[in-house]
Amino acid sequence: MPCVSPDGKPTKSGMATLSAVKNGALTPKAVSEQTGQPLFKVRSGLRELAKAGLVEQKDENYKLTPKAEQLLA
Amino acid sequence: MENQEKTEVGLPLIGEKAPDFEAVTTQGTLRLSDFEGSWLVLFSHPADFTPVCTTEFIAFTGIYSELQKRNTELLGLSVDSVSSHIAWVRNVEEKMGVKIPFPIIADLNKEVSKKFGMIHPAQSRTETVRCVFIIDPESKIRTILYYPLTTGRNMKEILRIIDALQTTDEHKVATPANWNVGDPVVVPPPNSTEGAEERIKEGYDCKDWYLCFKKL
Repeated sequence: MPCVSPDGKPTKSGMATLSAVKNGALTPKAVSEQTGQPLFKVRSGLRELAKAGLVEQKDENYKLTPKAEQLLA
Repeated sequence: MENQEKTEVGLPLIGEKAPDFEAVTTQGTLRLSDFEGSWLVLFSHPADFTPVCTTEFIAFTGIYSELQKRNTELLGLSVDSVSSHIAWVRNVEEKMGVKIPFPIIADLNKEVSKKFGMIHPAQSRTETVRCVFIIDPESKIRTILYYPLTTGRNMKEILRIIDALQTTDEHKVATPANWNVGDPVVVPPPNSTEGAEERIKEGYDCKDWYLCFKKL
């Protein structure tokens, strides 16, 4: 379940992941618990979202970029 | 040519850390390390749209919920493309009414197959044989099974092995032949003469000092 479509837009599961991060789920495990997606998919999805410039990773934690904030506004 | 063949049958061994990889799958690009924290059944099949493989995918889907209860994920692999995997998965759903819930690696360049010794040239130079790697939450290889192209796998045995490994980890015991959940387990034998003398008095069901059972 890729989180980003070939056109660069987040998919449904990508949007769910972004919303979870916005709601305070900062680690892959927390996102998995909040969205119900398996941990392996969340880890892979966060990598895709980072490549698309929608999240940033610092250590184990993720945060939304301004681009993602704008998308979710 | 000879060296290339040797590379193709390279095999990580039980107890070793599974080699990490990044691969395109039907559920996005996945790394082996994405599965850390879960048990993983990594398995290869010879090719999409083939009869035995189709029965196996339906059977793997049949045990999927049991695997989830055991904190275990499934990851399939063949040397077909993602488009082929998608078409096959859609066909299985349309014709057989079974939705495949787990990702399948499209290992077109055989990168993962070679790392895990999944191509046995004497059997087929172009297809992976039926391998099963059971990998624990620390990415350590715990079981390796190999089946020829013509023999479909036994799902009950895969579940039984996972139950046995998880029981061993939790209770520090071994499991005897034909063990199933609920059966007595084997107490690890003592490794000293003093331990052997004491073992008989420890209250286990002992046939002798080296063969003792207990119920969990």
